[in-house]
Order: sequence, then C-alpha cells, then structure tokens
Amino acid sequence: MTRVFISKDMASVALGADAVAQAFAKAGCEVVRTGSHGLFAIEPLVEVETSEGRVAYGPVGPDDVAAVLDGSHGTRIGAIADHPFFVRQQRFTFARCGVTDPLSLSDYGVHGGWKGLEAATALSAQDVVDAVKASGLRGRGGAGFPTGIKWQTVLDTPADEKFIVCNADEGDSGTFADRMLMEGDPYCLIEGMAIAGHAVGAGRGYIYIRSEYPFAIEAMREAIARSASRIAPFTLEVRVGAGAYVCGEETALLDSIEGKRGQVRAKPPLPAIEGLWGKPTVINNVLSLAAVPFILAEGAQSYADVGFGRSRGTMPIQIAGNVRNGGLYEVGFGVTLGELVNGIGGGTASGRPVRAVQVGGPLGAYFPPSMFHLPFDYEAFAQAGGLIGHAGITVFDDSVDMAHMARFAMEFCAVESCGKCTPCRIGSTRGVELIDRIVAKAPRAAGALETMPQIRNASRAARTHDEEVELLRDLCDTMKHGSLCALGGFTPYPVLSALDHFPEDFGGGDALREAAE
Amino acid sequence: MTDIAGIQTAIDRFMQSDMRGALLPLLHALQEEFGHVDPAAVPLIADALNLSRAEVHGVISFYHDFRTEPPARHVVKLCRAESCQSRGGAAIEAQLSHQLGVAMGHSRKDGQVALEPVYCLGLCAIGPNALVDDRPVARIDSARVVAIANEVEA
Repeated sequence: MTRVFISKDMASVALGADAVAQAFAKAGCEVVRTGSHGLFAIEPLVEVETSEGRVAYGPVGPDDVAAVLDGSHGTRIGAIADHPFFVRQQRFTFARCGVTDPLSLSDYGVHGGWKGLEAATALSAQDVVDAVKASGLRGRGGAGFPTGIKWQTVLDTPADEKFIVCNADEGDSGTFADRMLMEGDPYCLIEGMAIAGHAVGAGRGYIYIRSEYPFAIEAMREAIARSASRIAPFTLEVRVGAGAYVCGEETALLDSIEGKRGQVRAKPPLPAIEGLWGKPTVINNVLSLAAVPFILAEGAQSYADVGFGRSRGTMPIQIAGNVRNGGLYEVGFGVTLGELVNGIGGGTASGRPVRAVQVGGPLGAYFPPSMFHLPFDYEAFAQAGGLIGHAGITVFDDSVDMAHMARFAMEFCAVESCGKCTPCRIGSTRGVELIDRIVAKAPRAAGALETMPQIRNASRAARTHDEEVELLRDLCDTMKHGSLCALGGFTPYPVLSALDHFPEDFGGGDALREAAE
Repeated sequence: MTDIAGIQTAIDRFMQSDMRGALLPLLHALQEEFGHVDPAAVPLIADALNLSRAEVHGVISFYHDFRTEPPARHVVKLCRAESCQSRGGAAIEAQLSHQLGVAMGHSRKDGQVALEPVYCLGLCAIGPNALVDDRPVARIDSARVVAIANEVEA
C-alpha cells in the first residue's frame, strides 16, 4: 500500500486538504496526516513515499489522485527539502513540522524527541538555566528579554509552588508560527515546558491558547493526554481564551487564567516573582519554549553559533499578507528585510509593486522599500523606529492607503483596550477622530469655551492641518510613554511610521503648505 | 424559556472537576452546551464559584466570545486584520455583507445568519479568511462569497 503524507494544518484544511486526503484514502492509499511544511502556495501538498524518499506534489486537488500516484502530475516538486523556499532554512524549532504525524509519540521519539528533556533531567536545575542563558535565547513573543535570566529569577525565588505558563495567545495579524507548531509538533512545546518546569522547580504548566485556534486547542489537548506519563510528575493544562487580544499581554493573560477580566497588571512585581495566583511564574511564548529542547539536546553553543549581534539562534519568520510565497521561514537572525520580502517571498501576490511592509503585527511599524536593507535583528529594528515582535511580516502593494492603516491601528487599539489605563482607553478613540479630521482636511474649529473672553491661554482660531498632525504626534507620545502595556504603548509605532514614511497619504505635501500659508 | 434547572445541572457537573480559576472554562462549557450564557445563569455561576454577580457579569461582558443571547443558526466570522486587508479584505467584507443581507457585527433579523468580525485566524498568507460555522475558508473571492452565502441559507 502506498503511503502518502498530507497536512492537517488549519491553513491546509482551509485550502482543501481534507477533500484531497479523502480522495487518496478512497484510492487505497495509507494517508498520514502531518503538520504543514509552511509554504502555502504549494498547499494542499501531497508527499508520496517511494524507495528514494518522499516525493512532493503541490498544489493538488481531489481529482489529481491518479496523476500523482503515477508520477505524471504537473506540480511535481521532488524532495521538499530541495525546494527553493526550504533549501536555505535553518529549521531548529520546526525540524519535525510537516514531517511527522504530530500526535504520534513513536514518530516524535524517532525524530529526536525527548532528547532535550533527558539531557535536562540529568542536569541540576541551575545547569539547565545556565544552558539556556548560554544559548542567548531571547523571548520570541516580541520583547526579546533573555529567557535564561527570567528563568533564573523564578529559580531563585523561594515558594511553595511555581508555574510555567505558555503564552499561545498569538493575536498579531501576520503571525501563525505558534499555531503551526502546536498543530504540527505539539510534543516539542510540551517537552520545552517540562524542561522549564525542571529548571525552575515548577510542577504545573498552563498553555493559554486563543479561541480562534480550534485546531491547535484540539491538538494540544490530545498531545497532553498522550504524553502525560512521559513528563510526569509535571502536569499540563490547556486554557482557552475568549477573543480578547490584550490577553496576549503576559499579565492580562495571567488574570485571564485566574478567571478574571483580562486586565493588565502594573509591573513590578514581575510575574517571575509574583505571577499566577501570586506565585513565581515563568511566562514564555510558544516559540521560546519550543526552542529549548534543541538547546538542551544539541548544546547551547550550537544554538548560539547562529544569529546576528545580540540576537542569537534562529527566528521562525512568518511572511504574510499580499505576498506570492507566503509562509513560515525559519532562519538565523541577520537576513535582510528585502531578502525576505522580495527574494524569498517573491514580491506581491497581486503582481503590483510593494509599497509597505508591517513587521511585528498590529503594533509594529510600517517600513517602505527604501528600508529593506535592515537586518532582521532586535536592535536594528528598534533603532529604525520599529520592532520585530513575533516576526510576522505583512506585505502591502501600492493600492494601500497608509492613513487608513494608521486609523485602523488606533481603531483596533480602541476595540481591544482592556480599559485599565487612560492613554490607551481614551487616546485610541481620540486618535481615530484625529486621523479622520486630518484625512478629511477638516481641522477642528475653536470650541465654544475657547472663544470666551475669559479664556486667555487657548488658541481662538481653528487648528491648521499642521497643528492637527502635531497633535497626533503629541498623542502618540503620550500613549507611548503613559500606557501600562504594549497595546497602548506600541500602537504609536504603526501610526507614526505611516506618518513619517508616507506623509503624502495624510493630505501632506501640497495640502500641508496650503495650510501653513 | 430559560432552562434554569438545566443550567444548574451543567454547573454542578462542571464543578466536580474542582478547577482553579474556573470561571472562563465554565463560561465556555455553558456556551458550548446552551449556545449562549443566559443572564439568568449569572447568579448561579456566582454562587458556585463564590464570586459576586458583578464579577461574573464583568467577565462575560469583557470577552468578545461570550454571548448573552442565542446565536444565529449560522455564524460567519470574517477576518478584518491587516494581512487580510492587504489581500482585499475590505472589498470582500462589503460583498459578503451585501450577499448575506446583514451588516458586519450583526445577526440577520430572521436568525439565519450572523456576520461577525474576527481579528486574525493565523492563515495570514492565504487571506481573506473566514470561519464558516467553525470551518476555515481561505482565499475568499467573489465566487467563494456566493458559495458561503448559499451554504448558510441551506
């Protein structure tokens, strides 16, 4: 019987993989459902097992079964590792994704699984923390805080119980690496969390997954049930979010697990000292925890050998939006933005010129092609007025209206604000109004109060366009420095970068000069 | 007619698991079973978890997922986030809204279909995307809009 491998990743299913799998099963093949390799232009992808290894075809429809099985199908790729999209990748974290049956414990063991946990349990807690420190691993959720230092704090804080919390509330548009890993290699995350538990002395872990990821929730729950004895006495539980973006912020996430409104806590105290239920808690992103098994199994040095500057190791970069070859691209830090968008991504899907890319989700900056020389690195992006965040890149073609995108950033912040701090709660709504007035070239007239004779220190004239733009910058400054968390604090990044790099979309240029006269 | 006894039975069943921080999982369980979280359930939940009614109400109203009224027979959740916008999501939203005869964020009066916004399904390279009754649909174009509309009318 011929064995074929077809992804059951949510993206592949959305593109029709279920119907393809049924067609192959009906033709008498043994169908193994895997995770996705991560290039969506070739999904649904079918890999046929032959004596020379797996031969890939994609995209494949349910009517193509016979042509694929006799090798005559036109979309023959050959070995997937030789495909141009995959050939230069460095798959440390995603090595098994797309290759194995995600829920098969024997597949996981055969492909190097549990080696990291075995290595860790042979070491003392401090040695494990030292290995993570030496690897240079930084938090993959966006902030880039050194993971080993966070773990050290939890290890050093005495308590009767400690927790490992995995932040799988991947709400940023343009990102899907957490989802792909949880669906395609759930045991990798489980192993990483078990190692973290051993390293800091925590007995229980929670994985907080957003409700928009039903496939990931199911995969993780099943994987936890199957691997319970392997990670014992460490125990794990999935908690499901309820559609609140702000719960991706770590302290809001902790409140949500505790059964409260997902409101941000003031820091300090840090979660590492007073986290879940007031106990010392390691809270890390899926990709941070999933990088740990490799570090323990292969040695911290082999992870640290890859990378750029202070950004060590690999980053699973997600190329998304209006792009021809969108997908997951895991590679060492240092690759340039232009290489990712034009070289690997192949430019826009619409065939029109690239006008802007947003890096790091809804709170990341927009960059024009003139900045495509930037290397993918935490510090380089911060210096350029942006962030790499969770490493999602959303590509826009020249039909995009950047003032509209800036307005959307404010609107999104207003919808998703938890309401705890004023700059975010009210500033975002005022930001929407302000951008509306700027775009409509309808600056605010002087208010009734301002024109009263008793008021001497307020301007009595209507605002000019320049003054409205200045006010928007001022508002962004207030939000950036006055907000409790990254939602209000980073919303200015897309707004200001759109304003700085694409002023023409804000009624700038001629309109600005007219207003100044 | 609110099924108070049924809700109480569901709460009692859930409470046997003795879970820490049980409010969100309990609300999910109730919504799964009854389709929505009836406001009449609030005092029962509060009593079971030793919380105030205000705390329970606050959590229900905070999270977008929790409904206090029965849902439409079919729910189409269309992504409105940046990646889908970059692939023509706004035009698809207008077409879908027109085709279904319901504004974004609302249920149609006959209770047949609701069109709800969602901010990212994690399928960002193959948008515009939607969940049609929890089934993911990608690369939505004009033809798929019509197919979705036909599907939910059935």
